[in-house]
Amino acid sequence: MFAFTVKRILQAVIVMLIISFIGFAIKHNFGDPIRDLVGQRVTAAERAQIRERLGLNDPFPVQYVRFLRDALHGDLGQSYFFKKPATEVIVKKAPATLELVFCAALIIVVLSIPLGIYSAIRPKSFFSRFVMGGSIVGVSMPVFLTAILLIYIFSVELHWLPSYGRGQTVLLFGWWDSGLLTADGLKHLIMPSIALSSIMLPLFIRLIRSEMMEVLESEYVKFAWAKGIKPWRVWIVHAFKNTLLPVITVGGVQLGIMVAFTILTETVFQWQGMGSMFIESVERSDTSLMVAYLVFVGIVFVLVNTLVDIIYGLVNPTVRVAGRQ
Amino acid sequence: MKVSTFKTAGKFSLLVLSLLVAALMLVGCSGEEKKEAAEKAAPAAPEKVTLKLAMDADPVSLDPHVQLSGGMLQYSHLVFDPLVRYDKDMNFVPRLAESWERIDDLTMRFHLRKGVKFHSGNDFTAKDVVFTLDRLKKSDDYKGLFEPFTGAVAVDDYTVDLVTKKPYGLVLNMATYIFPMDSKFYTGTDDKGKPKDAIIKTDYSFANENESGTGPFVVTSREQGVKTVFTRFKDYWNKDTGNVQEIILSPIKNDATRTAALMSGDVDFVMPVPPQDLDRIRSTDGLQLVTMSGSRIITYQLNEKRNPALADPKVRLAMAYAYDNQGVVEKIMNGFATAAGQMSPQGYVGHVDSLVPRFDLDKAKALMAESGYPNGFEATMIAPNNRYVNDEKISEAFASMMSKIGIKISLKTMPKAQYWDQFDAQVADIQMIGWHSDTEDSGNFFEFLSMCRNAETGYGQYNSGNYCNAKVDELTLAAQTETDPAKRAADLQEVEEIQYNEAGFIPLHWQNLSWASKSNMNTEDIVNVMNFPYFGDLVIN
Repeated sequence: MFAFTVKRILQAVIVMLIISFIGFAIKHNFGDPIRDLVGQRVTAAERAQIRERLGLNDPFPVQYVRFLRDALHGDLGQSYFFKKPATEVIVKKAPATLELVFCAALIIVVLSIPLGIYSAIRPKSFFSRFVMGGSIVGVSMPVFLTAILLIYIFSVELHWLPSYGRGQTVLLFGWWDSGLLTADGLKHLIMPSIALSSIMLPLFIRLIRSEMMEVLESEYVKFAWAKGIKPWRVWIVHAFKNTLLPVITVGGVQLGIMVAFTILTETVFQWQGMGSMFIESVERSDTSLMVAYLVFVGIVFVLVNTLVDIIYGLVNPTVRVAGRQ
Repeated sequence: MKVSTFKTAGKFSLLVLSLLVAALMLVGCSGEEKKEAAEKAAPAAPEKVTLKLAMDADPVSLDPHVQLSGGMLQYSHLVFDPLVRYDKDMNFVPRLAESWERIDDLTMRFHLRKGVKFHSGNDFTAKDVVFTLDRLKKSDDYKGLFEPFTGAVAVDDYTVDLVTKKPYGLVLNMATYIFPMDSKFYTGTDDKGKPKDAIIKTDYSFANENESGTGPFVVTSREQGVKTVFTRFKDYWNKDTGNVQEIILSPIKNDATRTAALMSGDVDFVMPVPPQDLDRIRSTDGLQLVTMSGSRIITYQLNEKRNPALADPKVRLAMAYAYDNQGVVEKIMNGFATAAGQMSPQGYVGHVDSLVPRFDLDKAKALMAESGYPNGFEATMIAPNNRYVNDEKISEAFASMMSKIGIKISLKTMPKAQYWDQFDAQVADIQMIGWHSDTEDSGNFFEFLSMCRNAETGYGQYNSGNYCNAKVDELTLAAQTETDPAKRAADLQEVEEIQYNEAGFIPLHWQNLSWASKSNMNTEDIVNVMNFPYFGDLVIN
């Protein structure tokens, strides 16, 4: 297990190097960040001076090596727009995104497991057909459309829920701005988390259903039936436990994708997390913040996947055998 | 997204709605209860007038000199206060300067208001004006604008002279940019040992995070990009003004969300209003919409050096005749722009009423036949796709209109982050640019967009069409040092006429401005063509 873990971590480091290189290459070719920092009247010569001051005129390898050296010290560069270190900006925005992803994941877990199991056990019932039909719509409707629809129904027409922002937040541990602890904050969370979960939820229902149906057809389940074990025990203990493995793998990958999907959700809801921060940094050509975000999200992806692999190894020892080869 | 999936989506939209409602019930029930609890917990505070304001951006800094942009000027009008400002009809009205007089060709004397306090409690005097002008001359963004000035001289505590190097006709226009800063507050070094008056664009500086102005509002909390809270300044000199005690500014970038926030009552005032939502707001009870023709001109520049066909005056005129300004304004801009035949909008001294758009396809075809290119020609064109309202769609329309007179245009659009480098490099024959005059004066348009390019002086810096006419240069320069308003106006109007007759560029339209608010405010009285609503004067009934 130790060797397997070390190997996975080494792989993770290499992946991070590649991500940082690609991110930095994009930054280098993205466009001039100075344009957004100055008025139209500022002359080309003055812009060149500012560029020189910020070290943007150095050749690509020089800038990249400097970036890597600073990154090792935890410094991912300076956000031009926020006038602060990029890491500080991202850490400040991370709680908003993580809480959103957490709530969406919660919705997915709470709804997909019972719905998936039910529609596997009773595939022909009206409710199962309804759920399957709905899931097709969920998958095919773009997140921003769902989000706008939610806003128009529940904010503009019904006035039930607030249309934008995070509402009242509470500062925890001196840096974590949490919306989970106030009524206002929770109300602001409802629509964004539904919107964010709208793509993944149907996916998971379908995944759990198909895996479960396959398991229900297997020999040992038939054997369990033959032994006369109670139905719920066959379904939950015997069958569902074995559908979990692929669901965990996919779940790990999807969690990362969900962090990326927040870009759309956050933009529509003016949710002040990393997603909207990233899209705005692209618009403003705040290139160093852009790279910092790419690296940061890269780290999240790599960490989650590494963790999933290790957990997978714990759950299913044959993976470890494969890892040893 | 494929069409078929959209169809599916349509078919099942009812189904999905009911699903959403079901999901909401699961999650939302607890939220509703908590809302009631929260309302009980917060007792009704004494009546305090709060304005919840949503804009598409928020000020990038608390230092008014760090960037010259609309957002920063809007902020400056809240927290600082200029020497003079424009009223709705673009007349100058006194603010911190009570009156002014011309002493000689180079000097304008301002008599300052007495008894004005800064947010720090310091008194406002002529010294602060001198300090502010010195600082403006150091700012990357402003030093160009204040280049004609030698500086300010304090005559006594409440009298200050603005001195220019040459006679200069725009001293008052520039005085609208002088928002006096608290010289005592911004002098010395801060906790980190850095000078307090430093102007820094991309890093920490004292002035980026602290303010002391004389304006109607004090910044009491600020989280950049999320929320800024302004509280009314108790010692503001003008007691006889609006009644808003607190402004909560939230930037909402997404157009649909900004409108939704107003319609749902989460905010009281939004700017700008996206063109597609104008009718919706107009027809909603309890909301009011105020719109105005703006002063940002959108144009195409025709590069005479890159493409020989564009050097032919008949071809350029034909193009101007082939472009349907009014049609684009109606069909693409939803009527939310003012078709233009020149650069200067109405109200500017250079504006000439008779220079109107001239759409006439037959005339355009005739001109093409007369020109050296009767069979048309090919041209390349670039435009941004996220800088101006509908910039990409307009450019597509332009290309198809030109195809009717035989000009085949290959159009490339790109985000503004990439656009300006390409624009500077003049990679295409036809390039789009929009311009707002910093001085609210026609001369600024010509200096940057239509004077002959000159790397040394910087004139014609954004003239990517390489249009060059000695008479235009001569008149524009003459206007710079002309202090007689009538003579200046005559010079600038002549420039517009020359450009019109030569079709030096293709003017499209001026983008309109828009503000929407709840109907219980005097929104109409506080907005203006510069798009700096005077929120200090806002009255909420």
